[in-house]
Amino acid sequence: MTDKEPRLLLFHAPLLRQDMTTPRTMRDVIVALLPATAAAVWYFGLGAVLVLAASILGAAVAEWLFAPRASRGASLRDGSGLLTGLLLGLTLPPGLPMWMAFLGGFVSICLGKVIWGGLGHNLFNPALLGRAFLLATFPIAMTTWPVITPGEFGVQAGNLALPFMQAGADGVSGATPLGLFKFEQQVTPLAELAFGKIGGSIGETSGALLLLGGVYLWIRRDLDWRIPVSILATVALFSLVLVLFDAERFPAPLFSIFSGGLLLGAIYMATDPVTSPVTPKGAWIFGIGVGVLVMLIRVFGGLPEGVMYAILLMNAATPLIDRYTQPRVFGHEAESS
Amino acid sequence: MKSFRRLRRSFEHGVHPAHYKEQTENLPTQRMPFGEHYVMPLGQHIGVPCVPDVDEGEPVRRGQLIARPGGFVSAALHSPVTGTVTRIGDFRGVDGGFTQAIGIEADPFSTQEVDPEAVPDWQSLSLDAFIEAVQMAGIVGMGGAAFPSHVKLSLPEGVAIRHLLINGAECEPFLTNDHRLMLERPAALLEGAEIMRQKLGAVETVIGIEANKPDAIDTIRRHIPDGHPVRVVPLKVKYPQGAEKMMIRSVFGVEVPAGQLPRDVGVNVNNVGTIVAIADYFLRGMPLIERVVTVAGPGVTYPANLVVPLGTPVRDVMEFCGGLRPGSREIVMGGPMMGRPVASLDVPVLKGCSGLLVFAEAPTTERREYPCIRCGRCLEACPYFLNPSRLARMSRARMYDEMKDYHVQDCVECGCCTFACPSNIPIVQLIRTAKDDLAHRKEPGE
Repeated sequence: MTDKEPRLLLFHAPLLRQDMTTPRTMRDVIVALLPATAAAVWYFGLGAVLVLAASILGAAVAEWLFAPRASRGASLRDGSGLLTGLLLGLTLPPGLPMWMAFLGGFVSICLGKVIWGGLGHNLFNPALLGRAFLLATFPIAMTTWPVITPGEFGVQAGNLALPFMQAGADGVSGATPLGLFKFEQQVTPLAELAFGKIGGSIGETSGALLLLGGVYLWIRRDLDWRIPVSILATVALFSLVLVLFDAERFPAPLFSIFSGGLLLGAIYMATDPVTSPVTPKGAWIFGIGVGVLVMLIRVFGGLPEGVMYAILLMNAATPLIDRYTQPRVFGHEAESS
Repeated sequence: MKSFRRLRRSFEHGVHPAHYKEQTENLPTQRMPFGEHYVMPLGQHIGVPCVPDVDEGEPVRRGQLIARPGGFVSAALHSPVTGTVTRIGDFRGVDGGFTQAIGIEADPFSTQEVDPEAVPDWQSLSLDAFIEAVQMAGIVGMGGAAFPSHVKLSLPEGVAIRHLLINGAECEPFLTNDHRLMLERPAALLEGAEIMRQKLGAVETVIGIEANKPDAIDTIRRHIPDGHPVRVVPLKVKYPQGAEKMMIRSVFGVEVPAGQLPRDVGVNVNNVGTIVAIADYFLRGMPLIERVVTVAGPGVTYPANLVVPLGTPVRDVMEFCGGLRPGSREIVMGGPMMGRPVASLDVPVLKGCSGLLVFAEAPTTERREYPCIRCGRCLEACPYFLNPSRLARMSRARMYDEMKDYHVQDCVECGCCTFACPSNIPIVQLIRTAKDDLAHRKEPGE
């Protein structure tokens, strides 16, 4: 026996924990996004870096500013705020003025998270809420897509606009594959969609790398695979049915999956555990709902892209889905609640 | 679908903690030498505490009855040593409070050898007499819950037992006492099983053992006497495989309806230690005065499987195992998933003490708690298909009554949810708080 009697602690069982922690999950998602982010920098140059940095900074500043004084800094360390900033940045056009990206990150955290009560309490995905704010506030800047310039690490023309100024008249402006398809009936080849030689938001360039990150998250058990699988399957099925009607007018299944922000949204945003259902059955319903809404907006709506609104709408339905999909309890008959 | 599930020999959900059994699984059981002081709490089983049957200063013989059952749901106590009763009164309990107990000082010159008590022939006993004999032998569930075993034997009208299920799963990490018992005393286990099976009128004995103990499965299979209807079923290694309703689900593919008992689906479940205790009493005349305890964990100098006389202070056990390592901060009685923290080294080994595990500070305090991000891991872990994250939130808000609508009473506190939580939220602890509150609340007008 040791000489001194140990002062015993009385922590209650279970004393064992698995080694997954919430900050590790956040780190994993950030790591999974790095390849696609690197590809974006290759295609869009320094402009993408500036936009991403600005939105992450905006999120971090809001996170620090609105944290209770006692735990200031702690909420930054769990990584969720940085992830929100990064996700928001990836949904923005690379030519966006930096001050707008900063404002978006700031709004994401304060309107998307803090006012709900912080991490775990928000109803809507913070990054998408920030993007919806930016889209409503700066519709032109948010839909101006610069031409891709692989390997040239220049700054985009709009990036350095002074605060509260719009970007100067942009010489060349490109278009997104969805925009081309919707307004000019022009189909982008699948190889370009998969490897990113396309115009669009920073993060939507490379579908293949986004999928790679998704596989990494799946291996690390960081995401509920049911959500991306059900979203993508719904979109594919929906467009397959449409193509059977009219192959000219409607997008093909693979085009639907790889174009726009669908992969980014399905793998990284719809799977945000806070704003998606916890029950397995609920996850399927949620995913199918997102898939249907995406296709409805893309095909029949006035906008070329609808991932953001689809996810936000299903976020709003999440508490209801959770309520009606409570699992049957062991030893009880299935009950209808 | 049902037959497919039966093939897997498991239940749904659950978690996979590391086993940590390497420390002790190959260590043969040793007998712990007798010490000086023993403490026998009157309420070391679930149910009504015992009533002392000896006086202070009275000499007692090892195996002598020292306390009678205080009611039907209660089991007798016997002296673990030959010596003298020093005091009957308050002694330190496991949780740090005081509990009524009988203090005994061992006679240092006694051989501690006793002739077995004369036990009536079990075959000629009526069921009622058999039940009373089990109660007077002090036999309780040895898996940890310490529920008096005879209560499970008395069946209401119209309920018949078809299967005797013997629980050798030992799904708790670190513990190897049941494993060693199955390896070292397979004959006693099978004898006890036959006694129980015949008395219950069951058609078959099933022994469920987790597949990570192939040597135990093999040993028991080799020892099954001809003509005994015994089946050994290897089970998937998953926690909580040893929870009785989960094991019934794994072995027979049926769910015990909520609020009902295993007997309602025709099954009687007993831990291997309990069955061996039955054999020891009816064939060798030894009431329950000692048990096998696994002493393990990072804070133990020499881990061991020990036969410990009941009432031995934890301090003596730890000293015998070479003392605590520096930095040891917590001792758990039972397994790391469901055991109870020990408040003091003066606490005695109880009938339900399957293990004494010593931990350093690290596994308990290092982790910070984060907000619930609704990841759903606790839902996928809960073997009862509850929604632990919701229950934890409601418990924090003191919405105990509303928690009943979410089936909080079905929770068996196995701790899977807390184990699985990446945010390190003490989910099962919060649920326990709510269940305690509900259990101790006075009804209006009471």
